[in-house]
Amino acid sequence: MVIIENLHKKFGRNQVLSGVDLTITDGGIFAVLGPNGSGKTTLIKSVLGMVIPDKGTITVLGESIKKSSDYRHKIDYLPQIANFPSNLRVKELIKMIKDLRKATNEDERLIQLFKLEPFLDKKLGNLSGGTKQKVNLVLTFMFDSPLIILDEPTTGLDPISLIRLKDLIKVEKAKGKTILITSHIMSFVEEISDEIVFILEGKIYFKGSIQKLKTKTDQPDFEHAIASILTDNHA
Amino acid sequence: MLKILKYSFFDLMRSRWSYVYFAFYLLLGIVLLFLNNDLSKAVITLMNVIIVLVPLIGTIFGVMYYYNSKEFTELLLAQPLKRSSIFLGQYLGVALSLSMSLILGLGIPFVFYGLFESSAIWDFSLLLITGTFLTLIFTALAFNIALSNENKIKGFGYAILLWLFLAVIYDGLFLMTLILFEDYPLDKVSLIGTMLNPIDLSRTLILLKLDISALLGYTGAVFKQFFGTSFGLIVSFVMLTIWVVLPVLRIVFKSKKKDF
Amino acid sequence: MKRVLILLSAILMAHSTIAQTIEVCKTCSTTSLKDGIIQAKEFDTIIVKKGTYKEHDIVIDKPLTIIGEKYPVIDGELKGEIITIISDNVTVDGLFIINVGTSYTEDYAAIRVRKSKNFVIQNLVLEKLFFGIYIEKSSDGKVFHNKIIGDAVEEYNSGNGIQLWYSKNVDIEHNFIQHVRDGIYLEFSNFCTIKNNVSALNVRYGLHFMFSNDDTYQDNTFENNGAGVAVMFSKRIKMYNNSFKENWGTASYGMLLKEINDAEIEGNTFEDNTIGINIEGSNRINYKHNNFKNNGWAIKVKGACYTNKFIENNFLYNSFDIAYNSKVNDNIFDRNYWSNYTGYDLDKNGIGDVPYRPVKLFSYIVNRTPETIILLRSMFIDIIDFSEKVSPVFTPDDLLDNNPQMKKIAW
Repeated sequence: MVIIENLHKKFGRNQVLSGVDLTITDGGIFAVLGPNGSGKTTLIKSVLGMVIPDKGTITVLGESIKKSSDYRHKIDYLPQIANFPSNLRVKELIKMIKDLRKATNEDERLIQLFKLEPFLDKKLGNLSGGTKQKVNLVLTFMFDSPLIILDEPTTGLDPISLIRLKDLIKVEKAKGKTILITSHIMSFVEEISDEIVFILEGKIYFKGSIQKLKTKTDQPDFEHAIASILTDNHA
Repeated sequence: MLKILKYSFFDLMRSRWSYVYFAFYLLLGIVLLFLNNDLSKAVITLMNVIIVLVPLIGTIFGVMYYYNSKEFTELLLAQPLKRSSIFLGQYLGVALSLSMSLILGLGIPFVFYGLFESSAIWDFSLLLITGTFLTLIFTALAFNIALSNENKIKGFGYAILLWLFLAVIYDGLFLMTLILFEDYPLDKVSLIGTMLNPIDLSRTLILLKLDISALLGYTGAVFKQFFGTSFGLIVSFVMLTIWVVLPVLRIVFKSKKKDF
Repeated sequence: MKRVLILLSAILMAHSTIAQTIEVCKTCSTTSLKDGIIQAKEFDTIIVKKGTYKEHDIVIDKPLTIIGEKYPVIDGELKGEIITIISDNVTVDGLFIINVGTSYTEDYAAIRVRKSKNFVIQNLVLEKLFFGIYIEKSSDGKVFHNKIIGDAVEEYNSGNGIQLWYSKNVDIEHNFIQHVRDGIYLEFSNFCTIKNNVSALNVRYGLHFMFSNDDTYQDNTFENNGAGVAVMFSKRIKMYNNSFKENWGTASYGMLLKEINDAEIEGNTFEDNTIGINIEGSNRINYKHNNFKNNGWAIKVKGACYTNKFIENNFLYNSFDIAYNSKVNDNIFDRNYWSNYTGYDLDKNGIGDVPYRPVKLFSYIVNRTPETIILLRSMFIDIIDFSEKVSPVFTPDDLLDNNPQMKKIAW
């Protein structure tokens, strides 16, 4: 699905990615983990073409992303911080995104799912962080694309919505889609992901199942396994 | 691109600033006409306003819109859209809504005053066309500045500096050059100097209409050919178009290279 | 005007009782104007019927009235002068005179009046001419309602439409003159009146005075000439209600005053000229109630000009109102309306509370470096003009209008 080779990226003097090689196979949920500033978002944005790499190649669905931006029609992306134009109404935003991408009816079901009906006529500037995130989720999941990239999808969600999100992700996985997630909530990652990719200092430190990680770090549970990677490398 | 243009445009049409800008021109038009009671004089005053204020407003508004619509840009960037169409769409949205405020704001009072029966209609149309060109040029320059500067304060600073330079300082340097080298033939130099500054270029275009009698008082043959025939008008418009195209191309180029 | 005509016709009728009428036509016994003049006695009338008469050097040497019927054509075939009047009391009316000979040594005219009095030249159409109507050492005549259309291109090989030389008391009215060198030219001619003429598209001047005193010209229109009117080395000229338009070009102006004293300039309109009035060495002139509109320079003052008064004129939308090339000023500007005035009138008496300075620093700069004209109306120029206005350094500091009007002056 996604093949990344020897990816380098520097922001000013700050080397964020230094030689990332990563292959993500078709189907399944992949969690991209790493400490703050390790380059998770940069990696994802590189795949999306929002960050232009200094070096290296990225292939999505068999096509190099340098050539054209058409491949992005096959990706649903949930941005990390839901920044929306504040003077738009929720309804208008959804309509606009559909207008920009393609027509779909999925949005109605998702609006119901996240109980967004009362907010449809409100301006986005007046919504709480959690509600904005729900709108963000609707915008992402309403298109039926083979690759889904979620950058911190749980931010600001209440427990019920979180459960609905998990269900939603599982349903998408069942359809055979590939899902890429970054998150800081370890329990969420543990529960949902098939495989994890751990980034440290701009490189892939670990890639494999949670079980494998536990064995490698010799820790009984996932959270400690992660913590041990960090302490081993920083202490 | 057209879709983004549409959304940017409507977004702006709803924003308070478009109204402020529109109201400003409306007020200006009304004050000039109904207090002065003289169309020709109003057109001259308007010219001064247009060649100074339109670039200023275009630059400030362009930079402001760029920084303020960061969220919108990010949202769009997350969608499968071409970068060039995102930025060109936004640019055109700003430039067109500004141009519309200008044309309607000034046009309405003038139409009510009886513009269509007046001989000043050509002068006035030329003013509006020039104003539109200046809006397109300076909004594009503003986008260039904003694209190259992540720092808002810096961006605003450069934008104001750019305006100050082109509106005032450039002419000062220009005048000094002409006076210093007055012993040499200068008519080509002065025409080229004018072409290199869009504000001067627009000013010259308007001079062609308002002050042709004075311009023809000067002897230079190049001047004569330039001002005495439609040659000057054509060259000025071509140059104005180039002044729009170049910064727009840089927007496209720069936006392709930028990380978000 | 009407009275004069009635009087004239009365005189003519009185004569006709004793005088004869001779007809000239192709089938008549008299087939040429020359023959007609030989046959005629003093105070006879010659009627020239429609037709073409190839004649030149026609000399009218006795008091005669020559009237053309339906514009007979007198064709000089480019051989020289066509009609020469050397007698008093001659009237020439209604002829179409063409093809005057061109010479570099002699000023051939379509019709010349030499040392004569009481002549009337009217309703003529002159085409393909060198000089049109040439009045030489003559007086008390009238040049009325003639149409003179030349084809002049260069100054050196063209003549003037109506020329007066050492003449007195001549009325020039309702003539229409185009495409000659000077439309009307007066040299050493005093007490003449030039009224209601249209002089346009001439190579040099619409009207030109040299060493002529006490003349009046009024209600004339001068358009699109090389330069409108040149008044040079003359005294006591009155210029009323004329219109000077679209005299464009490097050395072009609506009016040139050179060494002129004690003139009256009132009620004239100067519109769309490169320079409205160009003044050099002229003194004691009153400018009143003139309109200066859309000129490059409304008034350009060069050299020494003393005690001129500019009172109650309208200066409307000129690129420059006044240009001076010296720092000395001895002229008065008062109660004018300046459209460029930006002051205010708090006491509402119709007079601006701040004096107006009509000379801008920029006009001084342009005078020095002409190319800088391209910076006209630039904001930078506005700024330096403003600072000069606040503290004059380069321009005469006593040159101001202390009573600038708030509203356009009507009279």
